[in-house]
Amino acid sequence: MSATKTSAAPRDPGIDKIPLALIPLVALVALPLIPSLPTWVTLTVAGLAMGMMIFIMASGLTLVFGLMDVMNFAHGAFITIGAFVATSVLIPLARWSDADSLWMNLAAMLPAILAAMAVAGALGWFFERVIIKPVYGQHLKQILITMGGLIVAEQLIHVIWGPDIIALPKPMTLRGSFILGDIAIGKYRIAAVVVGLAVFAAMFLVLNRTRVGLLIRAGVEDGEMVEALGYRIRRVFIGVFIAGSALAGLGGVMWALYQETVSSAMGMQVMILIFIVIIIGGLGSVGGCFIGALLVGLVANYVGFLAPKVALGSNILLMVLILLWRPQGLYPVAKR
Amino acid sequence: MRHAHSGPLKQAGEGALLALTGVNTHIGHYHILQGVDFAVAQGGFTMLLGRNGAGKTTCLRTIMGMWRASAGRIIFDGADIAGEETPAVARRGIGYVPEAMGIFAGLSVAENLTLAARDGPIDTSRLEWIFGFFPALKKFWNLPAGNLSGGQKQMLAVARAIIEPRKLLLIDEPTKGLAPAIIGHMIEAFRELKRTDTTILLVEQNFNFARALGDTVAVMDSGRIIHTGAMADLAGDPGLQQQLLGLSLDAHQ
Ligand SMILES: Nc1ncnc2c1ncn2[C@@H]1O[C@H](COP(=O)(O)OP(=O)(O)OP(=O)(O)O)[C@@H](O)[C@H]1O
Ligand SMILES: [Mg+2]
Repeated sequence: MSATKTSAAPRDPGIDKIPLALIPLVALVALPLIPSLPTWVTLTVAGLAMGMMIFIMASGLTLVFGLMDVMNFAHGAFITIGAFVATSVLIPLARWSDADSLWMNLAAMLPAILAAMAVAGALGWFFERVIIKPVYGQHLKQILITMGGLIVAEQLIHVIWGPDIIALPKPMTLRGSFILGDIAIGKYRIAAVVVGLAVFAAMFLVLNRTRVGLLIRAGVEDGEMVEALGYRIRRVFIGVFIAGSALAGLGGVMWALYQETVSSAMGMQVMILIFIVIIIGGLGSVGGCFIGALLVGLVANYVGFLAPKVALGSNILLMVLILLWRPQGLYPVAKR
Repeated sequence: MRHAHSGPLKQAGEGALLALTGVNTHIGHYHILQGVDFAVAQGGFTMLLGRNGAGKTTCLRTIMGMWRASAGRIIFDGADIAGEETPAVARRGIGYVPEAMGIFAGLSVAENLTLAARDGPIDTSRLEWIFGFFPALKKFWNLPAGNLSGGQKQMLAVARAIIEPRKLLLIDEPTKGLAPAIIGHMIEAFRELKRTDTTILLVEQNFNFARALGDTVAVMDSGRIIHTGAMADLAGDPGLQQQLLGLSLDAHQ
C-alpha cells in the first residue's frame, strides 16, 4: 500500500506511434517530388508491396536474433530455396498457372507455396540443429559458419537447378494492372500487400494472444529468466527458427514472382535490404520490422524512380538517419 | 570454517529441503565458489548474508543451474540437481527472484504472472491472496511492467515466484534500491509468506530486514560459508556481526 502511495501512478503509454507516423510522412515528402499523382500512387503501392514482401522474409530473422542473439547470414538461402522449390512445382503446372481462371491459378500456386514453405522450414530445422546449435553464444563463429552455410547452399542450388536464371511468370489472374482513371495499380502488388497484412496479423495474434507468443516475447527480452520460470527456451527458439525459415521461403516465392525470375543469387541480394530493415526496426521487434520494411520499400521505389543509381544508398542513408535518432532502432527491445 | 552454537543447520542435510556440499563454481577463469556447504531447513526462512562479492548471487545461480557447478552436490528434495538444466530445476518446484528482478518490461503485469503460472490459468484465490499484500499489482494489472516503479517491479518479481505454490523460493536482495517505507512493506509481505509452508532462502545486505524475517542464517565470504546458526544468535551479537559482515547495526539502519 505504501508503495503505491509513495510513487507516482504510472500511466499506460500504449504503443509508440511516432514510428508509425513515419510511413505517411515519407509518402507525403515524396508527393511534391514525383511529377504526377498517378505515378506517385503507383510507386506508393509498389513500395508497400515490396515492403510487405521484405517483412515476410525478415520477420523470422529478427525474432531469431532477439531470442538467442543468433545472427544468421544464411537466412537468404531459405529465401532462394523457397523460390526454386516453387519454380519446380510451378513449371509442370504451367498450364494451370497460365489459365485465365482464378481457381486454376490457385490450384497451381497453393501447392507451390506450401512446398516452398515446407522445404525451407525443414532446411531451417536441419540448419539450426547442425550449424547454429554448436555455436550458440559465439558471435564471430556464427557469422563465419552461417556465411559458409550460405555459400554451400548456393552451390547446392547450382547443382540441383543449374546456374542459369530461370523465368517464372506470374499466375494469369495477377498479371497486369487495375486501371482507375489515370492510375495503374499492379494486381500482383495488391496481392502482395494482402498476403503481407495477413502474415502480420497472424504474427500479431500469435505473439499477443497465445502462450507461445508470450514465451517468445518474454524470451526476446530475457531468455535466462524464461528458463528460470521452467520453460525450455531452446524449444521455443527452434520453433521460431523453423517458422521464420518457412516464412523466408514464402517471401522467396513472392519475390521471385514479383521479379518474374529466379536466380541463386536472389537471397543474397535481398539480404542487404533485410538487414537494413531489422536494424531500423530494432533487433527482435516484429512491429519494428514491419514498419522498417514498409519504409525501406517506399524509399526504394521513390528514389528508384527519381534517381535509380542511388536507390540502395538511399536505404542505407535511411538506416543511418533512423539510428542517429533512435540508436536501438524504431522499437528498441528491452534487454536484460 | 566455523559453525556457531548448535542449530538446525549444524547437521547439514538432516531434515533439510536443500543441501549443498562442497559446491565449486567457476566463471570463466575465476574460481568463485570454493566449496560451499550449507543446508536449508524444510519450512524455514534462511538468510544468506555476506559482503559485496562474497558469492551469494553466484550461489543462487548455481542452485538454479544458471552456472554449472564444477564440483560438489546440490541435493534438493532428495535428488542431486547439480548439472540439471535451469528449466528442469525450476520444475522441481523452485521459484527464483534474481538480483536484477528479471521482470519482462514489455509484458503487462498480467502477462508476467500468466507466464509464471506454468501449470495452467492463474488460481484466482491465490491471486487475491497476493493482491492482499501487493495491491499495486491489482491496480496496474494491464500496465507494461516496465512502467512500474522499482518497488512495484520487485513486488511483481516476488509475486511471479509465488503465483503457484513452490517448495523453495530463492530470493536475491529484494530490498536492493528500495525506499525504507517500501522495505517495511516487503517485510510484511514476507511475514505473510512465512505463514505458508514455503521454504525460503533469501540473500540480503540489509541486516534489519534479515533480522526481522530470518530463522537461520548462513554467512558467506570469498566463496565459502564462514558461519551458520540461528538468526537470533547473530542478531544478538554485534561483535560477531562486525566480524562476519563488517557492519555495525547503527551503520546500516
Ligand atoms: N559473470 C561474471 N563473470 C566474472 N566474475 C563474476 C561474474 N559474476 C560474478 N563474478 C564475481 O564473482 C564474485 C562473487 O559475485 P556475486 O555476484 O556472487 O557476489 P554477491 O555476494 O552476490 O555480491 P553482491 O552483494 O554485490 O550482490 C565477485 O568477485 C564477482 O566479481
Ligand atoms: Mg549478489
